Amino acid sequence: MIVTESLSKRFPRVTALDRLSMDIGPGVTGLVGANGAGKSTLIKILLGLSPATEGRAEVLGLDVATKGAAIRERVGYMPEHDCLPPDVSATEFVVHMARMSGLPPTAARERTADTLRHVGLYEERYRPIGGYSTGMKQRVKLAQALVHDPQLVFLDEPTNGLDPVGRDDMLGLIRRVHTDFGISVLVTSHLLGELERTCDHVVVVDGGKLLRSSSTTDFTQNTTTLAIEVTDTDEHPDGTRALRDALHARGVTTDAGGGLPGAGHTLLLTAEGEDTYDLVRDLVAELGLGLVRMEQRRHHIAEVFRPDQARHQDTDTDGQRKEAVHHGG
Amino acid sequence: MAVEQTLTGAGEQTRIHNIGYRNYDGPRLGRAYARRSLFSQSLRGAYGLGRSAKSKVLPMLLFGVMCAPAAIMVAVTVTTKLKDLPLDYTRYAIVMQAVIGLYIASQGPQSVSRDLRFKTVPLYFSRPIERGDYVLAKYGAMASAMFILTAAPLFVLYIGALLAKLDFSDQTEGFLQGLISVALLSLLFAGIGLVISAVTPRRGFGIAAVIAVLTISYGAVSTLQAIAHAQGSDGAVVSWLGLFSPVTLIDGVQTAFLGATSAFPGGEGPSTGAGVVYLLVVLGLIAGCYGILMRRYRKVGL
Repeated sequence: MIVTESLSKRFPRVTALDRLSMDIGPGVTGLVGANGAGKSTLIKILLGLSPATEGRAEVLGLDVATKGAAIRERVGYMPEHDCLPPDVSATEFVVHMARMSGLPPTAARERTADTLRHVGLYEERYRPIGGYSTGMKQRVKLAQALVHDPQLVFLDEPTNGLDPVGRDDMLGLIRRVHTDFGISVLVTSHLLGELERTCDHVVVVDGGKLLRSSSTTDFTQNTTTLAIEVTDTDEHPDGTRALRDALHARGVTTDAGGGLPGAGHTLLLTAEGEDTYDLVRDLVAELGLGLVRMEQRRHHIAEVFRPDQARHQDTDTDGQRKEAVHHGG
Repeated sequence: MAVEQTLTGAGEQTRIHNIGYRNYDGPRLGRAYARRSLFSQSLRGAYGLGRSAKSKVLPMLLFGVMCAPAAIMVAVTVTTKLKDLPLDYTRYAIVMQAVIGLYIASQGPQSVSRDLRFKTVPLYFSRPIERGDYVLAKYGAMASAMFILTAAPLFVLYIGALLAKLDFSDQTEGFLQGLISVALLSLLFAGIGLVISAVTPRRGFGIAAVIAVLTISYGAVSTLQAIAHAQGSDGAVVSWLGLFSPVTLIDGVQTAFLGATSAFPGGEGPSTGAGVVYLLVVLGLIAGCYGILMRRYRKVGL
């Protein structure tokens, strides 16, 4: 779908992309990088809107430097920022955008109705966009990118500004864009955790360089981290320590916060499955502590390229497997 | 987990209608069609069509105000059996310039500032349509909207003149001259209005700036002309001063080429020689506005 060969983009003071070479196939591909890693610049080049300083790129087999218009006819783009006028309804807006993509008037209206329904906008699509929630606006933005039935769609930070439920909805929707609609997706995010659940393939860029490109199964093995916080009791003046000792006694290693805010009161451990949750619950109850928090931690991008962290997780998993056997027996 | 739940939830709601995703394999009409669509959408938008009821009020009101004097003149001409219309076709727009100024000030920013302010522009440029198409469609739509505004009263006058059985060839000639003049005026005003509006994403600033540029330039020029005239300078000074405001520019061009009587103090417009300069300045300004808009959108891009 997308091929780049030593693609570079230099601005007078910064190098946004530095000899980036990659080959992205059909499916859902995540493009992960911190803010300023060059994700948006890459999308601009792939849309044929900004010439590369050197190197070349192809989208759908078309050269971005010469076939920009043909690419933009077959590709959808959802920008990161707000892009919706508040005084028109979602229907009017998306119909207009469909016509801008070259759809005849009748087809534009039919496709708009279909697409808005598929992204989950029903009666509210006739109301002015100004009154929509952030989640609904994101859906309209997605709809305008899909309305002309592209072969490939670029989604720039589609989960930005959404609450956890909205995030999950949006990620599910993105998954469906590929599975149900047959449209390939390139989605950017600075959160690896959310992409690894949605994407078939993840590409990590940093400072305009390719850090890692691999199928998500490589990532997803060990990456659900549980954060646990407990209260102190008279019996256990330091509840966190008591729980940690108890977990260690059962062979589960923990990571004390890893420099995160509130570290010291937070235990991090890797959850392999339901068993880990049960184990923590039972131990907390046994010790008579109050369980303040037990949540899944989203992974920060940095963890992907912190080798010590990866080793840590491996040992965690081994410990847990043993534990799971114990616990089951 | 949450994902699946919401999805099945949405699925249940729509199960009756849900016929799955259908791919689109109909025609894709490309750039020229998109440009035409943007043109018609912007032209309709300039009169509030396809927008909220509130946004229809001002353009429609101004359109009414623009045509009302023409209708009254026609009524007077027909009932009192005048031998000629009370006002020349070419003079009408000059007299009504305040209304025209208000119209471009209100609709110019509406046409371009919204796309800038709400950052809709990248959505256009991520489609087959290009910078040139966008500028051409927006400029064309605004100029056409202005032309409709300024030509409609001329049309009313012309029909009225024919009803009053005024001389056909005289009236037709005057009407056509008037049309050419308002066409030039529409292009010039639309260009100036759009350039000013495209600079600021804030609609209010745009409106104020357009009104300020049009009225201040006209006020300054006509004051200087009046002073020059009162101090007894020859007509040449008065007429060269007219180069510095849009309204007097149009006045000069039509006095020199379109048989109009000048509204300059002393009633003496530019000579044919000076008229050529006037025409060149008008055409230069129109081309310049187009060029500036193109430059402006290169920056906004994506």
